[in-house]
Amino acid sequence: MELNCRHVWEFLSGYLDDTLDAAVREDVERHLAHCEVCSAILDSTRNILVLTADDRVFELPVGFSDRLHARLNELIGEEPASPDMTRPDPT
Amino acid sequence: MNDEAENRTELELIAAILGGQKHLYHALVRPVEKKIFMVVLAYVHNPSDAEDIVQEAFLDGYRHLASFRGEARFSSWITTIALNKARARMKRSAAHAEVSLDDAGDEDRAPAVSPALLRDWREIPSEALERNEVRTLIRQAVSELPESYRTVFVLRELEELSGEETAAALGISLALVKVRLHRARIQLQKTLAPALRSATEPHRKNRWPSWS
Repeated sequence: MELNCRHVWEFLSGYLDDTLDAAVREDVERHLAHCEVCSAILDSTRNILVLTADDRVFELPVGFSDRLHARLNELIGEEPASPDMTRPDPT
Repeated sequence: MNDEAENRTELELIAAILGGQKHLYHALVRPVEKKIFMVVLAYVHNPSDAEDIVQEAFLDGYRHLASFRGEARFSSWITTIALNKARARMKRSAAHAEVSLDDAGDEDRAPAVSPALLRDWREIPSEALERNEVRTLIRQAVSELPESYRTVFVLRELEELSGEETAAALGISLALVKVRLHRARIQLQKTLAPALRSATEPHRKNRWPSWS
């Protein structure tokens, strides 16, 4: 089937996740092969997703990890991990 | 923690913790704590509330570790616990009394967003993220997504949950996860493609092709 650009945009996410039916995927690829605009949209979307998922983008509040593990320590020192866990910590 | 703990699989760690090596719970938490925080922050918006919720979720996770079935990953199990806590807190909050995040919001009925139109795209390398300006642009674009899109986006792209895991954690259908993820991605492309291109190619002239 001949897809226009708007159709292709609707399939972009499925194309990136490789969840499209084989026939649709083929139609999308045929369109991308000759449409520089849709190719650029696909490339930029893929690029932006990689950048967004990079660990450097989102940062934890200062001291977050220390506070979390300090609270965990309080609990781990006090309570067994499960009701049937009665053996002492071997370490 | 230590190398020995890092090399164990999740299920081995959990078995060891339940077997008495309680301190290994830290090693189970460390690799996932940042992702869980991001997810909760996307939901509640306030870093201090998000931190409280994440702490409580991991404390609950420890208390109920024996009931973890191992069918899901530890991170998606904790995500479900954390999001339940986030929902409960938002229900208590008068400001959000009218809002249920899992309902199909108005944005799901809105017409699809069109991407930013480009003639070409030059790959932006991840080294660009060394610049604070670039990181800020991306964080801002994500924070401006409609709430229901943002939560799905963060679970799928940042926490790397599967579509099924995301649907389960949010109590929505897989089809709705796909729609919201798609729209979030297109919205981000629309916002970020022009912004990142300008930010990373400040001296580029003649951005548009000449027709002569």
